[in-house]
Amino acid sequence: MPTKTIAGKTVEVDAEGFLVNPDDWSEEMAPELAREEGIEELTDRHWEVIRFMRKDFKERGQIPTIRRIKNVGGIPTGELYQLFPQGPAKKAAKIAGLGKPQGCV
Amino acid sequence: MANHTADKIQKVSIIISRGSLDGVYPGLIMANGARMEGIETNVFFTFFGLEAIMKKRQKKLKVATVGNPAMHIPSLIGILPGMSAFATWKMKQEMEKLDIPPVDEFIEMIADAGATLYACKATVEMFHLSKDDFVEQVDSIINVGTFYEVSAGGSIIFT
Repeated sequence: MPTKTIAGKTVEVDAEGFLVNPDDWSEEMAPELAREEGIEELTDRHWEVIRFMRKDFKERGQIPTIRRIKNVGGIPTGELYQLFPQGPAKKAAKIAGLGKPQGCV
Repeated sequence: MANHTADKIQKVSIIISRGSLDGVYPGLIMANGARMEGIETNVFFTFFGLEAIMKKRQKKLKVATVGNPAMHIPSLIGILPGMSAFATWKMKQEMEKLDIPPVDEFIEMIADAGATLYACKATVEMFHLSKDDFVEQVDSIINVGTFYEVSAGGSIIFT
């Protein structure tokens, strides 16, 4: 597995740059990961998505779907696409230090 | 698996032509999945596929239990009262487990995700329907020529 230094910490990543171990992630890494995805600044709403995804993943062991981010996390789908343009599920998961989502929805 | 940047699909237009539950879902999943990948997406509902965007019909779509060998239900049994309802209930239950939404919620999500939804003009006229029969997420009723115009530069997928 390749490694990468994010916010001063060296972590294992996969070929597409997703963290291999979600436990390696810390909030300090998020801004740097976001910039790689073309998001210059993380707003409070971005953080709401990231924290919900982290919390839900910890509780259920699965990366939440866009539907779950809407119905349980309370972030409308349209807004999610604005916050994380061009592929919100994958981008948000990457910034949140989770793996690549494997589901079809 | 990795980034095939050069080959990345930029745009798709998906046609949904069937009105059973198992007929509309593949197209909806493909459309939603396209938006999730940042692909520009049109969805064109035609013939019985229109049921998925009709206010009065979209929550009532059923799985057909007759004439589908892959269901593994003999047609003579498939015609029994309740068989279609049972198969529909079962499929919806399995979908819910995968977090796949019911048709009405799915249509809303796909529109919110930025896909553009169209109804087929020929079918609308054939069934004597109007824009009011459709959910608000439907952008417009277009003819086949316009469909090809809006599909320009992308792939077309027929389901």
